[in-house]
Amino acid sequence: MALEDSHVRRAAHLARLGVSDDQARGFVDDLNRILEMVDQLQSLDTEGVAPLAHPLDATQRLRADEVTESSQRDTFQHSAPAVENGLYLVPRVVE
Amino acid sequence: MHDKTVTQLAAALADGELTSRELTSHYLQRIERLDSKLNSFITVTADQALKAADAADQARAKGNAGLLTGIPLALKDIFCTKGVKTSCGSKMLDTFIAPYNATVVEKLNAAGTVSLGKTNMDEFAMGSSNESSFYGPVKNPWDLSAVPGGSSGGSAAAVAAGLVPAAMGTDTGGSIRQPAAFCGITGLKPTYGRVSRYGIIAYASSLDQAGPMARTAEDCAHLLNHIAGHDLRDSTSLARGVPDYLDTLDAPLSGLKIGLPKEYFGDGLDPEVAAAVREAVRVYESLGATVREVSLPHTHYAIPAYYVIAPAEASSNLSRYDGVRFGHRCENPLDLTDLYKRSREEGFGDEVKRRILIGTHTLSEGFFDAYYKKAQQVRRLIRQDFLDAFEDVDVLMGPASPSPAFDLGAKKDPVSMYLQDIYTISVNLAGIPGISVPAGFVGNRPVGLQILGTHFAEAQLLNVAHKFQQATDWHRQRPAFAKENA
Repeated sequence: MALEDSHVRRAAHLARLGVSDDQARGFVDDLNRILEMVDQLQSLDTEGVAPLAHPLDATQRLRADEVTESSQRDTFQHSAPAVENGLYLVPRVVE
Repeated sequence: MHDKTVTQLAAALADGELTSRELTSHYLQRIERLDSKLNSFITVTADQALKAADAADQARAKGNAGLLTGIPLALKDIFCTKGVKTSCGSKMLDTFIAPYNATVVEKLNAAGTVSLGKTNMDEFAMGSSNESSFYGPVKNPWDLSAVPGGSSGGSAAAVAAGLVPAAMGTDTGGSIRQPAAFCGITGLKPTYGRVSRYGIIAYASSLDQAGPMARTAEDCAHLLNHIAGHDLRDSTSLARGVPDYLDTLDAPLSGLKIGLPKEYFGDGLDPEVAAAVREAVRVYESLGATVREVSLPHTHYAIPAYYVIAPAEASSNLSRYDGVRFGHRCENPLDLTDLYKRSREEGFGDEVKRRILIGTHTLSEGFFDAYYKKAQQVRRLIRQDFLDAFEDVDVLMGPASPSPAFDLGAKKDPVSMYLQDIYTISVNLAGIPGISVPAGFVGNRPVGLQILGTHFAEAQLLNVAHKFQQATDWHRQRPAFAKENA
């Protein structure tokens, strides 16, 4: 399954990752070599094999539905690039 | 002083031969004097370290010292440390000051250890050479023209050079064991879920695991005793008792059944590495172990499966870096989409971008079943290979890496870099523990013997590694760099 420029651009957009035209060409080559290596998987018959998500087949633990976190907005916003009055600033999204 | 193991330093502290302040100052001076040649630290927290050392000395004076109280350590810069920059080797997090501690950090603090700082690493732990770090490559203390391995390359180089007696690393596809092998130290990747991942910046969540890197298996046992265990804050950590890993270190090996996977000794393995590993196996035979060949038939599918599963998980985990809540943000964004795209374009390096793109592509509509589902099915077959082998043998042995440390800049093609992890990567897919111990040299570059056990066999691996270190002195060799700069 060879990858084309349009696949890289689609993935970059889905991942919200800016990629220049030059870079995109390089990534098409790199990703094709990686996928060519990955395509060895297709030669293996996995009919009836259950996918493995957790190496010990453990399931997610449930806990009581109780509030366990306290508000630490100020602490967390110390690392934010732009905040004002406790809010995160982003470019206008609604005109 | 810096030639000693954690075990020896702990005894010296307990006997009052030296204080934690003296020890901590000594290592901090070595870092200041020598690390410009290695680049193994991203951040050195000297002031905090000296304060912690004083607190450790006071605790000891009051009779409140534990085994590791006052021992200096370093943390891979993937562990969140409250109030300290936690970059994960990325420009994206160059200004990120972690607001909380990882569980591993909390536990090490509670044990009274003293963190000297945060070690260099491949960006977001994606790499096998430490060359993808935003902060520049780390040099191997055994040969400054060689890589230290990766992704925990800074931790491995710092321990090997005697800049710190032990360090914490993480291992998603070999990132503890391969740099430990390249730098001639001992590194343990525990069973998946044995050590909490809370506060460890996520790369591939179903594979990531933290573990100790030190000079000896005994030191690793000391550290694992303190960091292992269930954590309510990590839903994938396992609720299972933790043994005292020191208790069984000296158990005799007579009757130990060793399996040598034939796939780990095939094409692509450096013959001198193979010879060193076979010599190590002969040492085990002299200790009473029996050896037989076994097969892990799906070994060659491990790298292909990993390069679907890990990038898929990474593409999801790394979606949190949006330029809004933390991390790098581009200048003058035109709109929200431009903010996301340019912040991520500027903040991530090429290898991270490759993996985000691969992961996004393989998870996208029309490709998911052929890639992600298929890789997860193959993952089960790979795990079953190991479970079948452990029906017949107690441990598996082989090389940690197909070659000793390669030259800086030698692997320009991503796929050739990925193939370096052929012997380590399937271990993460299976979730089993593995340890690398020094077992010889090719020229001046160390060789690592990898020992694998079944799930939760850490005590056995540490025992098997420790007995080897009682019988050999590979782990006592020091690079010329450390000797010249004594």
